[in-house]
Amino acid sequence: MKTDLVWLALLMGAVTYPWRAVPLLAPGMHRLPARVQEYIRLVGPAVLATLAAVNVVVALDAQRHPSFHLGIEWLAVGACVAIVGLRRGLLVGLVVAAAIAAGARAAGLA
Amino acid sequence: MRKDLPPLSSARIDVAASRRRLVLDGLGIIATAVGFGLVYGLAARAAGFSPIEASAMSIFVFAGAAQFAAVGYVLGGFSWLGVVLLTAFLNARHLLYGAALAPYVADRPRPVRALMAHVLTDESFALSIAHFRRVGRADLRGYWWAAIVTVFIPWNLATIVGVEVGGRIPDPSRFGLDVIFPAAMAGLAVGLIAGRRELVAAMVGAVVGVGVGLAWDPAAGIMAGGLIGPVVGMLTPPGPGDRPHELAPGSVAAGDASEDVAGSGPVAPL
Repeated sequence: MKTDLVWLALLMGAVTYPWRAVPLLAPGMHRLPARVQEYIRLVGPAVLATLAAVNVVVALDAQRHPSFHLGIEWLAVGACVAIVGLRRGLLVGLVVAAAIAAGARAAGLA
Repeated sequence: MRKDLPPLSSARIDVAASRRRLVLDGLGIIATAVGFGLVYGLAARAAGFSPIEASAMSIFVFAGAAQFAAVGYVLGGFSWLGVVLLTAFLNARHLLYGAALAPYVADRPRPVRALMAHVLTDESFALSIAHFRRVGRADLRGYWWAAIVTVFIPWNLATIVGVEVGGRIPDPSRFGLDVIFPAAMAGLAVGLIAGRRELVAAMVGAVVGVGVGLAWDPAAGIMAGGLIGPVVGMLTPPGPGDRPHELAPGSVAAGDASEDVAGSGPVAPL
C-alpha cells in the first residue's frame, strides 16, 4: 500500500501543532495584563461568529477564489441563532437548521 | 436574548449539568464530523490517497479545511512545500483558540496541555470554551469529551469508512449536514455573548471576516475577524452585562467532585 503521503501528513501536522500548542505551553499565559486578558475573553465570541459568517457567506471555487454566497444556509443558520437566543438549546437549533436546508433542497428551492 | 435569565458566561452551573449540555451540544458536531469525514475519505481516495495516507492526514493534521485543501492541491500536482505553507496559513487561527483556553488550563501538567493542543479544533474549542465559562474553570473531562469523543474519533472513523467505501456515500448536503458547522459556531457564539462588548466583538469579527474573506481568502478572514473583533469590543463602553473579571479563582461550582476539574492555582478572569 502506498505510504508516500504519510510524510506529507507529518509535515502538515508539524506546521499545525505549534499554532495550537504555543499558547497552551508558553509560560505566563495566565499572568497576562488585565487588558490582554480582556482581549482574550472577547476572542471566543468573535472567532466563532467569524467562522459562522465566513462559512455561510464566502464560497470558494475549485481554484480557491472567494465569492459572495446567498442561499438557504443564511436562513438555516439564522433560525439556529434565534432558537439558541431563546434558550431552546443548541441541539434543537442544529436539527432545525439541517431540516430547513435539507427541506429546501429537496423541494428544489435551494 | 431573554432578559429574565442570566447570561451564559456569567451563570455558573454545576459541572455535571454543564457536561450534559456539552454532550447534547456535541451531537450535532458528531453528525457533521461523520458526514464530512466520509466526504474527506472519498475525496482522498479519488485523489489517489491510500487508506493509510488518508488516515495519517486525519490523525496527524486533524484539521478539516487544511485536509480538504491538501487533497485538492495533491490532485492538482502542487509541490509539498506549497501544501505545507498553505496548511500553516489555514491553521494559524488555532493560535487564538489556544490563547483563549490557556488561562483556564495553566495549572495542568505540561504533557496534558501538549496533548490537549493536538486535538484543538474549531469544534472542540467552541464546545470547551462554552463549557469552561459555564462552570467558571477548566474541566478536562469535558475537554476530552469535546475534542476526542465528539470530533477526533468520529472524524477518523469516518475517514476510514470514506476511503474504503468510496462512491456509495451520499452527499451530506442532501441532509443539511453542511449547515450544521456554521450553525453550531453561530449558536455557540450566541451562548458566549453576555454583554455589549462580546456582542460588538462578535458582530465586528463577522463583518471583518466576511470582508477580508471575500477580498482575499476565507482563512485570512477568520484570522482578521478573530483579531480585530475583540479590539473593537474592548473600545466599546461596557454595558450592564459586561463583567470582564467575573471568574474568581478557587470558586468551585456546586456539585463538582471531579479531580479533573482544575481546582487550584491561578485561573485567569476570562
